[in-house]
Amino acid sequence: MSFLRDTWLTFDRAVRPALRSPAVLIVGVAVPLVYLVLFGPLLGGTTDENGLSSWQWFVPGMLIQLTLFITANAGFALIPDTRSGVLERMQVTPVSRVALLTGRVLKDVVLLLIQALLMIGLALILGFRAGVLPILAGLVLLAIIGVAVGFGSYGLAFKLKHEFALAPVVSGIVVPLMLLSGVLLPMDRAPDWLYYLSRANPLSYVVEAERELISGNYDQQIVLVGTLVAIGLLALTTTWSLRLLRRQLA
Amino acid sequence: MIKARGLTKTFQINKFTVEAVRGIDLDVSSGEMVGFLGPNGAGKSTTLRMLTTLLRPTSGEANIGGCDLLSDPAGVRKLIGYVGQNSSAGVEYKVREELVTHARLQGLSASVARARVAEMLDQYDLTGLEDRMIGALSGGQKRRIDIVMGVLHRPPVVFFDEPSTGLDPQSRSNLWDHIRNLRRDYETTVFLTTHYLDEADSLCDRILVIDGGRIVAEGTADELKAQVNGDLVTLETSAAPETAAAAERLDGATEVTVDGTTVRFRIARGDRVLPGLLRELDRINVDVFSVRTSRPTLDDVFLTVTGRSLRDSETAPAIPGL
Repeated sequence: MSFLRDTWLTFDRAVRPALRSPAVLIVGVAVPLVYLVLFGPLLGGTTDENGLSSWQWFVPGMLIQLTLFITANAGFALIPDTRSGVLERMQVTPVSRVALLTGRVLKDVVLLLIQALLMIGLALILGFRAGVLPILAGLVLLAIIGVAVGFGSYGLAFKLKHEFALAPVVSGIVVPLMLLSGVLLPMDRAPDWLYYLSRANPLSYVVEAERELISGNYDQQIVLVGTLVAIGLLALTTTWSLRLLRRQLA
Repeated sequence: MIKARGLTKTFQINKFTVEAVRGIDLDVSSGEMVGFLGPNGAGKSTTLRMLTTLLRPTSGEANIGGCDLLSDPAGVRKLIGYVGQNSSAGVEYKVREELVTHARLQGLSASVARARVAEMLDQYDLTGLEDRMIGALSGGQKRRIDIVMGVLHRPPVVFFDEPSTGLDPQSRSNLWDHIRNLRRDYETTVFLTTHYLDEADSLCDRILVIDGGRIVAEGTADELKAQVNGDLVTLETSAAPETAAAAERLDGATEVTVDGTTVRFRIARGDRVLPGLLRELDRINVDVFSVRTSRPTLDDVFLTVTGRSLRDSETAPAIPGL
């Protein structure tokens, strides 16, 4: 009960600056939208082996890319608070220390979902089609992978302590993972070595699951596999970052 | 209220072992104001961070208000307030908003939190700033907000880490008043760290001089000063050599020097030996033009116990002197 209250208080505090200047949300979603508008049309006419149209294929990948961009960079917001006295001040209160992290992750995911809806709105204008339920199902998977990546990012921020150290690590992890997950172009057109590399990337399965979910094909095996992969990642990064938090703070 | 035995903290930095705190014993009773005085790097903040549950001690034990630091850190957190070295309010928040959130994090209900914050804003001269962004406040105002956050839940024990660093003289004495009021109004136990001699002197009932991770001296400011080779007595008289000779005859007088008509010497409790000395000089027909005794400063104390001057390794305090 008090954990939920503490998470809510942390979430409420974390979300306020964004609500005060919603423009920040648009800026955050701008780069992925540029991909959507300037890169999406290049795929015109292409279809994958399942016969999906290019927008149906491309938009779910862009949603995953958006999720990665937003949540992988979440840790940057923690660093100034650890350097100033903000986090310490809260750690000396009776508040659950885990809640100090979960409240922030919750904020990241809520803002992410708003940005994902912005992107879906723009995609609908461009010719993408999806039903309400499939979109909701797709958002649930985005939220899971968002929480997973967000916890990972906060863990890295705890470990690296400086923005200049966090930046290369984050892009060094996110960019290859993103390219290897086939969000921009289908990986089955890749040379063998690249294709097999992409099969080793857990994110590939999440991207494919997201495509099927948004197309309303809930019963595909890949949906189960992708969701399980996302939950596995979530378990991994949460355990890791919470262990770092506890170890750092006695 | 605070009791610690054998607290140590060892850091491992790039294969080097740094013994930041090497065995600290502490006893602070309820309502006492006690301070750590020492140069930067002496282990003051590290000890404070251990006592406030921010750092796990390498060894040793401590107990705050009946809660064991190691086995019941959550219990300790309920009893303490902490005002750290750095500004601890979020710059992108409004004053009232951030304070109410903090009060709620301390466990107060929404309505109690709002009422308490209104009361504190008034008490700390922050009225009119409720809706100002914290990032736009002056250093002194931000510091007052830090204090409000440390004390708004009325904890029985408050820890201050270098409370007046970076403040102008006026904000400093204002801050001291607020710290004194904590005890006057709420019988709060205050534990602070400082490297300013005048701060320790004017705020603390008892000073623990810390150097190299150990407490090297302990006592009230007066007791500590009395440990130094004594007060400095300066006399101007009509006959310096006779005056110096009379001073030499005093029990425990040291460092007797003559400089023209001025005679200086050190002696424990100069204020007590002066009347006798003046009668003696009168008896041997020496005219006394002026007389002055100065108590030793805490810097003299630090020099005596460590062999180094505290001031040498520090920037000058905002209000120099003692």
